[in-house]
Amino acid sequence: MSSGNTAVSLRACGKTFADGTRALEQLDLEVGGGETLVLLGPSGCGKTTLLRIVAGLEMADAGGRVLFNDEDVSARPIEKRNVGMVFQSYALFPNMSVAENVAYGLRVRRTSKPELDARVAEMLAMMRIEELAERRVNQLSGGQRQRVALARAIAVRPRVLLLDEPLTALDALLRDRLRVEIDSLLRSLGITAIYVTHDQAEAMALGDRIVVMSHGRIAQIGTPQEIYHSPANAFVADFIGTVNRLPARFFPEQAGGSAELLVRPEDLDVVSAAEADFTGRVTSSLFLGNRTRLVLEGIGPEPLVVESALRGRFDVGTDVPIRVKREGLMTLPDDRRSSIENRTL
Amino acid sequence: MQRRGLFWAQLAFTLLLCAFLIVPVVLSALAGLTENFFVGLESGLTLRWVWEVWGLYSQTIYLSLIIALACLVVTLLLGVPTAYVLARKGGRLSRLIEETIVLPVAIPGLAIALALIITYGGFRDFRASWAFILVGHVLYTLPFMVRSVLAVLSSMNFRELEEGAASLGASFWQRFWTVILPNARPGILAGSLMVVTLSIGEFNLTWMLHTPVTKTLPVGLADSYASMRLEVASAYTLIFFVMIIPLLLAMQALSRENRVIATKRAERAVLQERTAT
Repeated sequence: MSSGNTAVSLRACGKTFADGTRALEQLDLEVGGGETLVLLGPSGCGKTTLLRIVAGLEMADAGGRVLFNDEDVSARPIEKRNVGMVFQSYALFPNMSVAENVAYGLRVRRTSKPELDARVAEMLAMMRIEELAERRVNQLSGGQRQRVALARAIAVRPRVLLLDEPLTALDALLRDRLRVEIDSLLRSLGITAIYVTHDQAEAMALGDRIVVMSHGRIAQIGTPQEIYHSPANAFVADFIGTVNRLPARFFPEQAGGSAELLVRPEDLDVVSAAEADFTGRVTSSLFLGNRTRLVLEGIGPEPLVVESALRGRFDVGTDVPIRVKREGLMTLPDDRRSSIENRTL
Repeated sequence: MQRRGLFWAQLAFTLLLCAFLIVPVVLSALAGLTENFFVGLESGLTLRWVWEVWGLYSQTIYLSLIIALACLVVTLLLGVPTAYVLARKGGRLSRLIEETIVLPVAIPGLAIALALIITYGGFRDFRASWAFILVGHVLYTLPFMVRSVLAVLSSMNFRELEEGAASLGASFWQRFWTVILPNARPGILAGSLMVVTLSIGEFNLTWMLHTPVTKTLPVGLADSYASMRLEVASAYTLIFFVMIIPLLLAMQALSRENRVIATKRAERAVLQERTAT
């Protein structure tokens, strides 16, 4: 796609709403051309506000600038920014058929009839919804609506594709399937995309880079691997996946001065007593099919979550010897349990 | 046995109540069609009185229709944008404005009319024209249009639809014409029927505001009741029925249709969520 490589830069963008709520602290953000950037965080963390500032649905506070390829679009409303947007509830027009919905952006651009028809047909084929062309929006299932919303957003060849929790309204099974579809779609289009979600699995699967947000600030930016394996702070460590805390005294070498160490459940192995680093008493054992999730007590001040692929039963009350994979031990760059709100980023 | 007796008693009561409401309507219609009401039906049926009403009062019927249509145009032009702005802004101020618009429904028409006469009665030409009545009708019917459109708008998440249209490059007016208006159509239609029906039947305000040359149908009715023989007055009522009943039926059908669409939509959504899993 010719317009697919628009880089997006946010400079000193913050947002304070009219009622005084500070939704977004002033921040800078660069999105590379063709990159898929995921904004991840709990509700109220400012991720949607940030997306809406890029879209032009919200204006950043005075001083904030939005650049598309060094072109300042800060003052332009959304209809002049040539972005594609997929909304959480899709925002499809109930008064139009599927084909008319997809054609809408082309129609307001006064695209010639043959070109418009060709583009709509192409989009419907791409999303595999040709047979729905004449249907009304209220005759579609959730997954079909999702596809129409994507087709409609892409039809106008936007410079940037913005997706606001597009899978949240769907059930789990459909969500997994569409996640794969969206991923391959974004790769094949090579379009710059910003994707908002509160679901870490979605973020991991789709993002070239993930921006973890909390309380209107960026908690960490990095690839999914970086975010998962070297969380920058306690918030990121806790928000992404499950994390155990161990007192530093177990592995003073790896702790390097930190008061505690972090380790993921999959980096704790159930072993024979001879190899064990320590032993814990099972307080809960949950068989998940491919693995068993154990909660152990009696090691550190907090219970430890272990995931073991070993066959066999782990009865509550028994002692289990555990060995820690040394490469799985993580420390936080600044080891303070205090949450990130108190820090300047 | 006891239950059966209760059933018949209820049926009888229901029929009695229906008769109580319907008989006067039938009698009144018949009175307009009989040769001589005091003699009774045996004097024969006739359309004479209807024609006489037409000869005497056709002006009032035309004027009522003109005012109703003008009232519809004005309430559409004022009411739809007002409802849109109120729905969009929301908040306490919008609520206050909405209540203010609804006020004329609660205030006696006579009081509104008096206020209009006191304020604008001095403008002779205006006072003498049917536009003066139109102002009253608009004041009285506007809340029905605004409320009806507002209800539809607030039920459809129009703000996100509008954002969707904007993201596709549509300017404000394009969004308004292609997305907001078509989706608000059921509300606009229901409001329109309400406005026309109310305007045609409005008496309180109109009776105060009219002049001898600007009589509407209901004012003419009052006039005929006071000064004409019973058959003429009844024939006049009959004409009023013929005008107003189709409107009432259309209104009923429309509200039923909207309800059906709404329930169908809800059913389908539930079904889809089930099949999807």
